[in-house]
Amino acid sequence: MTAELVRGQNHPLPDTRLEIRVSAGHPVVACVTCSGEQGTVREEWVAHPGVPAVPGVEVPGRAEQSPRFAVDLAAVPAEVQQVNVLLALPEGTGGPDRFGATAAPFLAVSGQDGSEVASFTITGLDSETALVAVELYRRQGAWKVRAVGQGYAGGLAQLLSDQGMAGAAGTAAVIQQAAVPRTHRAEPARLTTAADAAGAAFGPDQPSPADCALSGGLTGPEAAATGTPAQQTPTPDEAPQMPAGPINYAHPRRQSAPPPPAPAAAPAEPGRPAAPVAGDASGWSMEERLYNQVWGMFEDLARTVAAYRSAVEFAESRMDKELDHVLSDPRSRIGSTGDAARAAARAKCEQLTDQARQALDRDLAQLTAESEVVEPALPPAFARWDNPCWHAYRVPMEVPMALRLGDLHLPESPELRIPCLVRLPLERGLWVDSGRSSSDAALAVDEAQLRRLATDSAVALAARLLAVYPPGEFSVHAIDPAGTAAASLAPLVDSGALTGPPAAGAQGVSAVLAKLTERVDLVTMAVRGGAADALPSDLDTGEQLLIVNDFPHGFDDRAVNQLRYLADEGPAVGVHLLMVADREDATAYGPVLDPLWRSLLRVTPVPDDHLADPWVRHAWTYEPLAVPPGSDVLRQVLTRVTEARRSWRR
Amino acid sequence: MTVNMTKGQAISLQKSDGGTLTAVRMGLGWQAAPRRGLFGSRTREVDLDASAVLFADKQPVDVVFFRHLVSDDGSVKHTGDNLVGGAGSGGDDEAILVDLQRVPVHIDQIVFTVNSFTGQTFQEVQNAFCRIVDETNGQELARYTLDGGGQYTAQIMAKVHRAGGGWQMTALGNPANGRTFQDLMPAILPHL
Repeated sequence: MTAELVRGQNHPLPDTRLEIRVSAGHPVVACVTCSGEQGTVREEWVAHPGVPAVPGVEVPGRAEQSPRFAVDLAAVPAEVQQVNVLLALPEGTGGPDRFGATAAPFLAVSGQDGSEVASFTITGLDSETALVAVELYRRQGAWKVRAVGQGYAGGLAQLLSDQGMAGAAGTAAVIQQAAVPRTHRAEPARLTTAADAAGAAFGPDQPSPADCALSGGLTGPEAAATGTPAQQTPTPDEAPQMPAGPINYAHPRRQSAPPPPAPAAAPAEPGRPAAPVAGDASGWSMEERLYNQVWGMFEDLARTVAAYRSAVEFAESRMDKELDHVLSDPRSRIGSTGDAARAAARAKCEQLTDQARQALDRDLAQLTAESEVVEPALPPAFARWDNPCWHAYRVPMEVPMALRLGDLHLPESPELRIPCLVRLPLERGLWVDSGRSSSDAALAVDEAQLRRLATDSAVALAARLLAVYPPGEFSVHAIDPAGTAAASLAPLVDSGALTGPPAAGAQGVSAVLAKLTERVDLVTMAVRGGAADALPSDLDTGEQLLIVNDFPHGFDDRAVNQLRYLADEGPAVGVHLLMVADREDATAYGPVLDPLWRSLLRVTPVPDDHLADPWVRHAWTYEPLAVPPGSDVLRQVLTRVTEARRSWRR
Repeated sequence: MTVNMTKGQAISLQKSDGGTLTAVRMGLGWQAAPRRGLFGSRTREVDLDASAVLFADKQPVDVVFFRHLVSDDGSVKHTGDNLVGGAGSGGDDEAILVDLQRVPVHIDQIVFTVNSFTGQTFQEVQNAFCRIVDETNGQELARYTLDGGGQYTAQIMAKVHRAGGGWQMTALGNPANGRTFQDLMPAILPHL
């Protein structure tokens, strides 16, 4: 009957002769220390690869994947109260450098007859490089085993010094050197246990059975040689037989070690705010830090402007009240007292407004300085099209955490642009409003131009999404019933980034919608039923984006319903809408379509103040990201994307 | 230099080095009433709430309390509602941080209040205290012990107000009754 121990649990030992087997999946250094009455370890009581045997204890002579310890508790010195079984990772072998990156070591204690007494799996290790696996200790004259599993990040030296050993660092170095000798031995060392020794056939050069017993014989030089018989067959010219590429069990993306510290700002001159640095926010990666910093700037700008607006509003309302008061006072109607009071009220208002303006200017200067260092440091997904990083664009291997849709600014600071970042994968579809809004910018262009701008910005957004996803994980479909967006869609069509040619006519519309609806249906069912492996093999499980131009032209009622279904259910299973539409065109449908418009994030092809922040609900002006005039960056990026997709499919 | 205030005591505070305060924290700590009877889950929990009201020329402009944790301008922040108090740890269970440098120019007084949301008077709560800390160096400026404070459910703790180019603090410690800061407004106005 095996007792499976957990940390801290103990178990009685039926026998004094024990064998302890360890399987670690990679070579480990095995040592045993014995501690006396006060818990301190004496140097002559340490069994390790350099001294593989001390009275009552025998360990393997080198680092092994499955070391075996032989222990005869009857033979250990009487003053020994406790026998500690230690494991450590060998240094300088190119193997794992911490237990957290390896399989959990397993340890089994068995009696003389080979029956297993107790076992212990040492889990929950991380940066430790040495550990106390179990301890065998005297308890009222009998011996017991306790599962310890205490790891030390500082390695054997720290472990041994924790056990009260003098010269721990030196001993640890000796152990590590002995465990990984310069000449590699092809054959692993074999250990003679008490059971082996007792039943072995004795060769002419073997000592007598009495000497071979653990109680005495293994301390002599012959015994040491028996402990490491493979020393006689060194094969120095053979390449070390490390397993090809040690398996790292750490999760590839999950970081548990703290991330590198954020770049520190240079110390500020006294009386002046510190110079801003990019990435000066919390996060596990530079990308997350920049994301948080952008949101921090967004919030600070919102709050600074809120402070300014409320101060100005207060100043004006106070002035109005005071002027009213002057007006209602009959004494002020004659003479100069009224004029003086009015002038005083105005001066008070101006003074407060000036103060508020100064505070705002101070904060805006600080945020502008921050924006000037953050903007060039942004990765492509967060950057404007004119950022040089788009010219050095390479197809990414991972989905970024967010995507920049445009710029945001407030009327108080039109020069200070805050990136408008949305998290990826998209949680809702996008709607590029080609309708005429009330903004000045929209009034400056005619309707046809506005529609062209809308399709252009939709294509730029689609290109951005394609570019920031790894190859093959994002595909774009387009519906263009009347072919009016052909000129805008040209970059996508020419580079082959679209999945197929833009669907034209009512038939094309319903075919594309039917295909995407079926995909959403299947994936939703599979997710709800927990049967993701039952999906048809030809189903593309990557994210899909559907560009819909000219809605509702070419749409029948069935197609409209399918579109609403895609808007509602699609984002959860990776199907997104990018509508280019004017709400006025669809008024014939009445309020039925209101939920559709509300479910989409509205952006505009020209600057327009329609987005509110989550803190003080200012109306922010959204401005789409324009590709610089004459720049070929969009085509270049799309060409790289399609090239990468082709080579990835191969 | 901690000042242990008594009821109604008003003191003016400045930093010991003569400078003005730049950031203060109003901390509130209390302990739930001891469990009584067989049904331990029906213990009478005490929920005290800290609030800060921002005034401009004696008019309330903004308020920071458990339903509005950050003032619109971002200068006053509540660290979050605590419904049950501490387990006797003695630390702040609720705190309001004020960054005096970022307070909008028209705000000239900030009043801190404490209310018993669950209605127990300060006689019934244990180890309740309220303190004002200079956030820049962690120094406690004033402390008021609330338990044994009589049949009151609220307390107008202190106010920080503009004085010259900087800020000063006056401890008020004025008892009152009310569930949230709204009930206290009539009691606050005389202190402005």
